[in-house]
Amino acid sequence: MPRLSAEQRHRVRLTLNGRAVEGDAEPRMLLTDFLRHVLGATGTHVGCEHGVCGACTIDIDGAPARACLTLAVQADGATIRTVEGLAPEPGRLSVLQEAFRRHHALQCGFCTPGILMSLDIYLRDNPSPSETELREFLGGHLCRCTGYVPIVAAALDAARLLKGGHA
Amino acid sequence: MKPAKFDYLRAASLAEAHETLAVEGGDASIIAGGQTLVPLLSMRMARPKVLVDIMHVAELGGIAVKDNTIRVAATERQASLLAWPELTKRQPLLSLAMPWVGHAQTRTRGTVCGSVALADPSAEIPLALIALDGEIELSSAKSKRRVAAGDFFTGLMSTAREDDELIEAVRFPCAKPGDGHAFREFARRHGDFAIVACAAVATAQGTRLTIGGVADRPTAQDFGTLDGSALDDALQDFAVTLEAREDLNATAGQRRDLVRKLGRQTIEEARACRA
Repeated sequence: MPRLSAEQRHRVRLTLNGRAVEGDAEPRMLLTDFLRHVLGATGTHVGCEHGVCGACTIDIDGAPARACLTLAVQADGATIRTVEGLAPEPGRLSVLQEAFRRHHALQCGFCTPGILMSLDIYLRDNPSPSETELREFLGGHLCRCTGYVPIVAAALDAARLLKGGHA
Repeated sequence: MKPAKFDYLRAASLAEAHETLAVEGGDASIIAGGQTLVPLLSMRMARPKVLVDIMHVAELGGIAVKDNTIRVAATERQASLLAWPELTKRQPLLSLAMPWVGHAQTRTRGTVCGSVALADPSAEIPLALIALDGEIELSSAKSKRRVAAGDFFTGLMSTAREDDELIEAVRFPCAKPGDGHAFREFARRHGDFAIVACAAVATAQGTRLTIGGVADRPTAQDFGTLDGSALDDALQDFAVTLEAREDLNATAGQRRDLVRKLGRQTIEEARACRA
């Protein structure tokens, strides 16, 4: 890759929710803004823009990561999943999303896309988490509505269902 | 909060990164995981002309043990070190401290060496390097050198790295059999920067306590075999010499109090863990 000039936009190609996508970004453009403004994927929310709140958390190459702490040009070639990729088909929610609805694990919903992406990856890698482990992991997210109790309940319920339990 | 303009170079080799640093000097900044640097860019506390991304330089990867030292190369993520199967056996202090570095969602991208390079006074990895008497491997287009952790951190977010140098790796000595280790931290929320962080290593010779989050850099002191009120007095003197910072999270007095209380608990825990 040649040196990318600050003054120009450069082509960035990545895989977003299973589809090859591309768009142009200045080197300074954050991945959050690239997703939202260039690719039009506005499901990823922008909160604090310095990595503290967790609202912009997405899946980059299989691991949860802050989109606001990543430059679009760094993500060239990456495989990315965002909240838009969670539902298995239009009109149907994922097991985790459905559990969030059942347990009232959101009110305003601003933090929810980031928390869903974090938990989606976490439950894949840790199918039987304890409440303590979940709470430590959720420490990377701020929610100012729920007090976290329903979020933890939804995650535990989703973990149970994903292992084959009944609703 | 958007970064100011900069060029971006995805280095294909160490030589290419060195060359850019040699030409641009202090106008260039290395970017690895970006978990400390990108907020600094967004807040415009850092204004480099060019960012050199080293994450695709294969020769800068790897965690290896040689000569009783754990060598962590520049592109190793914090999550990789935490998941390294030998970590607890080789250096228990690191396995105690690493879960406190940022959040799970930032450790996936943040690198071990990046945290050392930016030298935030509250960061746990610089603290561990000081506590263990580790070393930093620096290199430039024309030279290579190793710097002791105690000489590397020179103040608030400043280090002994020259403008044309980059960190190739950091080196943590392996634990000696029988040594006791403890790590404790106080923060508003688990994963936030430490208000006070304490690491203690207890050996046959005595106990050494290292404090982060209080002075402008992590600071160590030997407490020998002091206990009882003599240990309280020594901790009080130590707390005062650190010239605690005052910020939104805590007053200087609260920080000194935490050094006395949390510091003592950490020392006692390390001693209890010593075989």
